[in-house]
Amino acid sequence: MIDKTHIGYAPDPVTMDIEKGRLKFFARSTGQEDPIYLDEDAAKAAGFRALPAPPTFLFSIDLEQESPMAFLDMLGVNVGRILHGEQEFTYYQPICAGDTITLKSRIEDIYDKKNGAMEFVVQKFSATNQLGEHVADMTRTIVVRN
Amino acid sequence: MVTDLHAVKIGDAIPSYTTRPITRTTLALFAGASGDHNKIHIDTDFAKKAGLDDVIAQGMLPMAYLARVLTDWVPQTAIRSFSCRFRAITHVGDAITCSGDVTEKWEEDGRTLFKLALLAADATGDVKLAGEAVVELPQTK
Repeated sequence: MIDKTHIGYAPDPVTMDIEKGRLKFFARSTGQEDPIYLDEDAAKAAGFRALPAPPTFLFSIDLEQESPMAFLDMLGVNVGRILHGEQEFTYYQPICAGDTITLKSRIEDIYDKKNGAMEFVVQKFSATNQLGEHVADMTRTIVVRN
Repeated sequence: MVTDLHAVKIGDAIPSYTTRPITRTTLALFAGASGDHNKIHIDTDFAKKAGLDDVIAQGMLPMAYLARVLTDWVPQTAIRSFSCRFRAITHVGDAITCSGDVTEKWEEDGRTLFKLALLAADATGDVKLAGEAVVELPQTK
């Protein structure tokens, strides 16, 4: 069983420069055809200051760190036994190319079901931009099959 | 299209779409673009050693597909929240159909909000993701 004293653990924040090319690559790799995600002029015509990050791109910011799954080692969880259970985003401001986003995370909860046969790790993330604006929140629930 | 949103009512379906079948190339490109380099998604040898028949899709790939039913329907800035539960593994060869229905409609601070139930399923109807979103009706100028 995962040690519940890890609830509240908050690693160093992750900071990422949001690059235009990366956003286009993300949009293309998900089959996005809407020009606002691919053409800066179309994005500006739609009211964005630059190419916007698609709704789920925020997830990728956490993966920019050197060892994104290092917290699992800390929890004593085998990466081969995890599943992504749930994912949630709440949006306040768009993230656009040229932004620098800082993502803070915290282990919000650790609980189990079926007498420990399945454990759940809930992480909450909060994203701010270079102006200090709170742009979005995200919650990730990881399922561990024991 | 946007002006039609005023007429949207509970029970209405929003426009759905179906992706092209997922290939190993799709997974490799999404690995690079998303930063999810887990070998289970891109290295068939590794996946077989792990007891699978082949590589499997990143869960965030069908979630990105599901986001498109929202952004094809309203401007992205209208989306207040978007969540999903991952219900089944998405495999190579799956063509994912993404759809949504309006389940609630209410007023808040002079704005009209919708709640949507979203689904991403393969051609056999196997549900990969069940999602939910809250969308604000864009203000007409």
